[in-house]
Amino acid sequence: MLNSIDKHILEIVADLHGTPKGAYNIRKNGAGVDRSITPNIEIRTKIDKPGIDVIVKPGTKGETVHIPVILTAEGLHDLVYNTFDIGEGADVTVIAGCGIHNPGEKNAQHDGVHDFIVRKGARMRYVEKHYGEGKGSGKRILNPRTIVVVEEDGYAEMELVQISGVDNTLRVTEVRVKDNAHLFVTERMLTDGDQFAESRITVELAGLDASTQVISRSVARDRSQQIFYPRVIGLNRCRGHVQCDAIIMDEARIRSIPEISAQHADSQLVHEAAIGKIAGEQMIKLMTLGLSEKEAEDTILEGFLK
Amino acid sequence: MLEIKNLSVSLEGKNGTVEILRNIDLKLEDHLLYVFTGPNGGGKSTLAKAIMGIYKTTSGEILLNGQDISSLSITERALLGIGYAFQQPPRFKGLTVGKMMEIATGKNRTCEDCNFLYNVGLCPQDYIGREVDSSLSGGEVKRIEIATLLVRNLKVAIYDEPEAGIDLWSFNRLIETFNNLHEQYDTTIILISHQERIINLADEIILIADGTIKEKGKKDEVWPLIMQNATCSCRTSCDERVGENAQ
Repeated sequence: MLNSIDKHILEIVADLHGTPKGAYNIRKNGAGVDRSITPNIEIRTKIDKPGIDVIVKPGTKGETVHIPVILTAEGLHDLVYNTFDIGEGADVTVIAGCGIHNPGEKNAQHDGVHDFIVRKGARMRYVEKHYGEGKGSGKRILNPRTIVVVEEDGYAEMELVQISGVDNTLRVTEVRVKDNAHLFVTERMLTDGDQFAESRITVELAGLDASTQVISRSVARDRSQQIFYPRVIGLNRCRGHVQCDAIIMDEARIRSIPEISAQHADSQLVHEAAIGKIAGEQMIKLMTLGLSEKEAEDTILEGFLK
Repeated sequence: MLEIKNLSVSLEGKNGTVEILRNIDLKLEDHLLYVFTGPNGGGKSTLAKAIMGIYKTTSGEILLNGQDISSLSITERALLGIGYAFQQPPRFKGLTVGKMMEIATGKNRTCEDCNFLYNVGLCPQDYIGREVDSSLSGGEVKRIEIATLLVRNLKVAIYDEPEAGIDLWSFNRLIETFNNLHEQYDTTIILISHQERIINLADEIILIADGTIKEKGKKDEVWPLIMQNATCSCRTSCDERVGENAQ
């Protein structure tokens, strides 16, 4: 059912070697192809629109849900709505990679709308890896939209990674953080060739002592373009920190527009943004350890995006 | 053996080309420990960077065991066994101490490498996984920098002001480490320093000022000459501190 290309993509986007353990739902070319549930994690197909509901029972600990998506056909525009309900006091990992292997001249596009509710005292780690490949001239397009609510005392960690080969992406992430809840976002992105990437992250610190840390690290090579709009809005006594770091190379262009907005006098918000080339001193240091110029550059980029 | 013949280095500055080093001639033997000392801006670090290949030489030759390395790249010189520990090492977001050590050794790290961190006063278990970024203090970065040289089997090892920013306890350990290194290996060790305890380690002191070598010799020959000129480093003649008591 899954061929070698599918398996290769699953390895890259979901670190999967063979069938995952625990709950999973594998979607290929617009349809579910394989699914498994556990006593604590249920996966249901939506009735009104394409997509699934993932329901994690309260108190579920240490389980992982894999929901990878594979696109291997050209001319396909896959739109999917997934809803996640992470029950009170649960502690789970959700791995949602998407890989496109576009063999042809027509575009292949996946637009995933993910809706999360992380209930009281629950912890969720969400990993989303995006990857594209294929020799055809058809574009590989990924437009994820992720909406998250972190309820009281909840914790959500989101790792958003675009590894390579995605021609065009518009990533929208909106999170509402309630009383004493914490959100930790790390976004890592690499663009090259003529790729374009735009990321909009909006975090509303709505609850008392809500907090967030948003870290974005990106590398733009060749003629690629990136735009970042990370926004943190303080609506209560809260703490927020936004940090955007980008390495620019060749003829790439990057715009970084962080915004912090305090709507409450006890909001403590900080943002930092930096764009620059690889420091010459860093290259020299690694070359004095015996690396070639190319190896030194790769080592610096690999570390930066790790 | 490292031989430097008639070496000059000019660098581009704001006001045009400046000659930093002039006609340097130097022979540095295996297994000896040299200290480069002299006033700030005299050319010590420039000479070290010229040996490493970081600065291009304007004229002259550098020979490592008879091989002319003047036109080789930094990488090629590193692979031939020349190492340079920066005075102010750069920081790297995302690169861990362990990764740096792994790059330095050129193979996967082993527990043997951890010992090199002990030698600079750092506990490997605390540091291997930490990133060499701004979360580390200046002294910590400096010690890691030194460890990246200690871990390598070098023919020529240059440490640029290794004591800078290092606390007293680690400093004692460092002196001990340099001593052991000196006793056990054939490496030509060059320490750039102003510190008397480091100068005490030297087989030979090389005094560099105004872009030339002013003196070269044993400590008891060169040290008195340095101390003679230590009170004032003004190059123009003046009445010492004449303005201080002026009414």
